[in-house]
Amino acid sequence: MAYSKKVVDKFENTINEPAKYNVGRFDPKEMNVGTGMVGAPACGDVMKLQIKCESKGNTHVIKDVKFKTYGCGSAIASSSELVDMLIGKTLEEAKEIKNIDIVEALELPPIKIHCSVLAEDSIKQAIEDYEQKQ
Amino acid sequence: MSGEINLPIYMDYASTTPVDPRVAKKISDHLTLDGNFGNPASRSHKFGWKAEEAVEEARSHVANLVNCDPREIVWTSGATEADNLAIKGIANFYQQNGKHIITSKIEHKAVLDPCRQLERDGFEVTYLEPNEGGLITPEAVLSAIREDTILISIMHINNELGTINDLGSIGKIAREKGIFFHVDAAQSTGKIAIDLNSLPVDLMSFSAHKTYGPKGIGALFVRRKPRVRIEAQIHGGGHERGMRSGTLPTHQIVGMGEAFRIAKEEMESDKLRIQSLHSKFYESISQIEEIYVNGDVDNKVSNILNISFAYVEGESLIMALKDIAVSSGSACTSASLEPSYVLRALGRKDELASSSIRFSFGRFTTEEDVDYTLTLINHAVDRLRELSPLWEMYLDGIDLDTVDWQTH
Repeated sequence: MAYSKKVVDKFENTINEPAKYNVGRFDPKEMNVGTGMVGAPACGDVMKLQIKCESKGNTHVIKDVKFKTYGCGSAIASSSELVDMLIGKTLEEAKEIKNIDIVEALELPPIKIHCSVLAEDSIKQAIEDYEQKQ
Repeated sequence: MSGEINLPIYMDYASTTPVDPRVAKKISDHLTLDGNFGNPASRSHKFGWKAEEAVEEARSHVANLVNCDPREIVWTSGATEADNLAIKGIANFYQQNGKHIITSKIEHKAVLDPCRQLERDGFEVTYLEPNEGGLITPEAVLSAIREDTILISIMHINNELGTINDLGSIGKIAREKGIFFHVDAAQSTGKIAIDLNSLPVDLMSFSAHKTYGPKGIGALFVRRKPRVRIEAQIHGGGHERGMRSGTLPTHQIVGMGEAFRIAKEEMESDKLRIQSLHSKFYESISQIEEIYVNGDVDNKVSNILNISFAYVEGESLIMALKDIAVSSGSACTSASLEPSYVLRALGRKDELASSSIRFSFGRFTTEEDVDYTLTLINHAVDRLRELSPLWEMYLDGIDLDTVDWQTH
């Protein structure tokens, strides 16, 4: 498998220390939680991303993130990488994250670019869900 | 425990086997100046005669294992070439009798691709569906037979599932209808007894490297009584009674001969040992929730076990099991991004097909290997399920088939 060391390390760290790498769930009904779930089992990957925000006036800051991913090694590494990018960011900043940022951070092979696209979709959806609740 | 174990553990014997040290010794005796290096086709000196003798002895060992006449064995470069020679050889020779061929959807590519090629050349091919257990039923074969059917090609043991087709019943139908019957038996030798003296099979393909012999050598059984004729696919020199030209690779042939001689001698003891490893493995792995064995457990060899781990994706499981060498029907391991066509033919959903792993044991698998593998699997499946949103939904009682997934 033509994976970079970065993908392999990220994958292994995530499965070996799930708590440290933000694997888990928030109650999706909480008002300060936004949930995004993208992908389909038949396509081989499903990502569920949840953000927990704190608001100061009109600014919402991502305080914590939880995720779960079903998919190949690079799908799991991509969502874990995305989580690292999100914590502490405002929603406006989080919206600026593009799949290419994940591709570059993990040196994803071309055949696995779709994993990063899925990760980008998951944060978009989580933000949308959060904003609808406000 | 890992102190005594060499990692990674090889659990992929169905893909290839290591050469048995006794076979390696035999091979190395047939390479150098002080060994038996001659060209078996050289008629004018002792070097040739000695090489020919070694080749014929090896031919007898192969014939012995499957109970046929040595003159019915044709050397090829492997089972792929044997399959090509059988299928195209029959099709080309007998095409005036009809242009219809019957095979199955779960054949190896070495059978499917020659069939596709024949379709481009004007033949028609019926690809039979297996039943749920991965078996091709004699009834399915019978119902596909037409007036112009000239060949039936069905594998003996399926390489992904280990399921065993009923050659006797399928062959009987073929005989009654006067249709040639070819069998890809690459996975069979040394695993189950084959008696070509009584089996109604006309052509059978063999491989050395699945049975502790070297890669690059195989054989095709071509029945003499009743006589089966095939058109050669490789021309030049008329070796192997014109059916397959090319200088015989003495060292590989003696390797295959020795491997098959040992297989005959040790099949029963190998089988018993592997059966006990299989029982242990199967009993333990059955304790894991939501696993599915692919292929009919009551009709399979014990050296192959194909399992789907629901809610875990296959490639990630293989990555998490990096200390075990296994193979996967998973999407992502191949460039084609397709779940295994064999598992799909069984009617498995894509997600179950792509969460499948094939474990295959062999002569050098130890009980410690099996124990260690089980520990790693339990750990990896636990971890990946903890990470899986699908497992979470399953535990919450959500039926995944009712979810409106956003396909991409």
